[in-house]
Amino acid sequence: MVGIAAWGAYAPRLRLSRKAAATANAWVAPNLMGKAKGERSMANWDEDALTMAVEAGRDALGPGDDRSAIDSLYFASTTAPFADRLNAGVVAAALTLEKQLSATDVTGSQRCGLTALAQAWIAVAGGGAAQSLVIAADHRRARAASAQELDFGDGAAAFLITPDGGAAEVLGYGVVTDDFVDHFRSADQEFDYSWEERWIRDEGIAKLVPPVIAKALATAKVEASAVTHFCFPSTFAGMAATLAKGAGIPAEAVRDNLASTLGETGCAHALVMLAHTLEQAKPGDLILVAQFGQGAEAMLLKVGEGVAAARPARGVTGSLADRKEETNYLKFLFFNGLVEWEKGMRAEKDNKTALTTLYRNSDQILGLVGGRCRETGVVQYPRTRISVAPNNPAVDTQDPYKFADRTATILTWSADFLTYSMSPPNHYGTVVFEGGGRIFMDITDVEQGDVETGMAVRMAFRLKEVDEKRGFRRYFWKAVPDRTANAQALAAE
Amino acid sequence: MAAGIRDKVAILGMGCSKFGERWDAGPEDLMVEAYLEAMTDAGIEQSQLDAAWFSTHIDEIGAGKGGTPLAMALRLPNIAVTRVENFCASGSEAFRGAVYAVAAGAADIALAVGMEKLKDTGYGGLPTGQPGTLAPQVAPNGSAPGNFAQLASAYRAKHGVSWDELKRAIAHVSVKSHANGAKNAKAHLRKPITEEQALNAPMIADPLGLFDCCGVSDGAAAAIVTTPEIARALGKRDLVTVKALQLSVSNGYESQYNQWDGSYFHTARIAAGKAYREAGIERPREQISMMEVHDCFSITELVTMEDLFISPEGQGWRDVMDGFYDADGGVPCQIDGGLKCFGHPIGASGLRMLYEMYLQLQGRAGERQLKDPVFGMTHNLGGSPSTNVCSVAIVGREGA
Repeated sequence: MVGIAAWGAYAPRLRLSRKAAATANAWVAPNLMGKAKGERSMANWDEDALTMAVEAGRDALGPGDDRSAIDSLYFASTTAPFADRLNAGVVAAALTLEKQLSATDVTGSQRCGLTALAQAWIAVAGGGAAQSLVIAADHRRARAASAQELDFGDGAAAFLITPDGGAAEVLGYGVVTDDFVDHFRSADQEFDYSWEERWIRDEGIAKLVPPVIAKALATAKVEASAVTHFCFPSTFAGMAATLAKGAGIPAEAVRDNLASTLGETGCAHALVMLAHTLEQAKPGDLILVAQFGQGAEAMLLKVGEGVAAARPARGVTGSLADRKEETNYLKFLFFNGLVEWEKGMRAEKDNKTALTTLYRNSDQILGLVGGRCRETGVVQYPRTRISVAPNNPAVDTQDPYKFADRTATILTWSADFLTYSMSPPNHYGTVVFEGGGRIFMDITDVEQGDVETGMAVRMAFRLKEVDEKRGFRRYFWKAVPDRTANAQALAAE
Repeated sequence: MAAGIRDKVAILGMGCSKFGERWDAGPEDLMVEAYLEAMTDAGIEQSQLDAAWFSTHIDEIGAGKGGTPLAMALRLPNIAVTRVENFCASGSEAFRGAVYAVAAGAADIALAVGMEKLKDTGYGGLPTGQPGTLAPQVAPNGSAPGNFAQLASAYRAKHGVSWDELKRAIAHVSVKSHANGAKNAKAHLRKPITEEQALNAPMIADPLGLFDCCGVSDGAAAAIVTTPEIARALGKRDLVTVKALQLSVSNGYESQYNQWDGSYFHTARIAAGKAYREAGIERPREQISMMEVHDCFSITELVTMEDLFISPEGQGWRDVMDGFYDADGGVPCQIDGGLKCFGHPIGASGLRMLYEMYLQLQGRAGERQLKDPVFGMTHNLGGSPSTNVCSVAIVGREGA
């Protein structure tokens, strides 16, 4: 049956302490002290919806080189960096998916994560796609001292839909579209504008969601009482429980919306909650996931026997565990562009990107693809016409060779206080890969004292530079500590 | 191997501007300052110059591209002027061009001028820029100190030297250069420093602190070269001749092949080996009288002592601590203050190093004069540890 064959998730490592944020703003917004509990995920300065999507996609697909079976990609986000450049195309290039790919950006409402999942399911079920990868990611900005700033989180989830998805099959589905404007963010505005909460709750969610829940259950001929897990993201306390009660879904089925540990990850959040549920569910469990936004959408899934085998390396569980508390609220403001700060003359460097060069070297830059010599087996980055092997500079012998998912360690490094950085000191160094190849590259998600020669690192797709003059974003790969491998190495000593 | 350059070309005259923050001088003023000293030293007329080589690294500030800035500034008589650029080793390239022209017989007398005007950027340190349109999309957002600091991390790991031990050794490198630079009226930085000052200075790029970094300076240097025969005909005695000129350039072995460990300069070892053969030097630690090496950063100088085969591998830091490279040591190094204190106007530096060797060999180095030097070596490096050009030149007394 058509369903989920694999899933993955990603949340930035940094977690903003809500207490730190609320306390900093208590002088102007004392009402927000009521929200001063738990933490929210906080994108590093070099993370956005695209980079998080790529990380979630990699988690879903695993380290294998062959991704040729995927012929369809949906990328859902309300914060995709480009209004007119296929964001899904960037994701596809970073994941080294085949060019014979149908790639679609899905956007426009807070339920577009579930919309994308449904579209992928419909495409595969209808024979229009062989395998479809769905990724939802959001990195919403909010004004300083707003409730959203505390409620929101940054994150992503990814699902691979196949004709015989063994982790969970789709049993039922329901959707309504209604131009109920609980909030909006116009195309030329940075922040949301929201209406009264009581109206949204009573006239919006409470009236628009129940019909789609009923429809999803009815098409599957499943009683509400049989639902094992109910995923409904909302920042309104008790909203999911209210809906469950009204629909006849058992109270214990209501899933934790991760408000205290992650925050609400925008359009991705229903899928983040679904991924988290799959990481804890048993075969046979029934999962009902619903999402609200200019209408509502609901999907009923049955957990399959393959759920344990499909469990990703990181998932939501791993993302929750890989955390670092951030109590510096100002850093959050800097990273989100909410403070005009003195960057110094070195930040005046023109970051104009030659689009010709980007396209010509697309697999090298976005896919981190190098070369392997057919004659000598020597692996190198970048791929070049003449091999780097000193004793055999063979010509035109290199096949594409993917680096992104290979084990690597730090050979040389420094922490640079001179160069302009959004998060000084800027760490960078030579990274050497198991099996050959080396790249001199930025190291991110580290602080002073974190980096040492021999340290295990993994590759992460990140923002390299933002060209503020032209609005372009440049992406490349960076090294981040492989904290699991380093902990294991330490334990072995 | 080719016959080489040994003793085929003599230095007829040299000049060097005052290095430093030359708020008073534009690019042309600096070129003229070095040139006039060199011409006076050579004792020739401008009409005797057959060709010129001009080195400058950064186009965006300074003199711009091409040979015209030099020809215009010096009002050269419409002779050939070739602008050369090879990162921070550009000055050595200008010298090489002039020397080879003379050796080839294409010119009787040739001029080399290197100049850089760096202090028109508005900030301290070198301007940063990545070459071409691909590098900015993949290379880390780094700086020169960050690039060279990479050496320290690999050197520590390879030789089992602690962070503190290496930090103290590179501090000594800088203390020594400051002591030397204090005796040089043309040097940019003329204050002696203590080891404690070096150790406690603000961090620039781990482990390099402020005093581990060379001066970013304005300046120019010039050389006039000819054949030994012409030099003698012009009345010169006690000639300083060129013994070796070598240049080795990275081809990706360090940055892309799976062998280099990051702790040394592959090119420097190749260039040094060839230079010793060209000059007929078999025991450099005993035969080299003095050196000016490319101490853009203290760690660069430390590993270079090994790459030039003066210190055994892994022992350079011990020789440094033992004072072997101090003014009264076995092989005095950076006797003029080096890049560290004389300063580093990029396109001029290779020629500035030769200027000191030339003065020392002629016994004209004043307060800094060493006793009876025979061979002086210069090492001029450009780029980064993994991707660079390395020039090694040896000059000495004629007949040595």
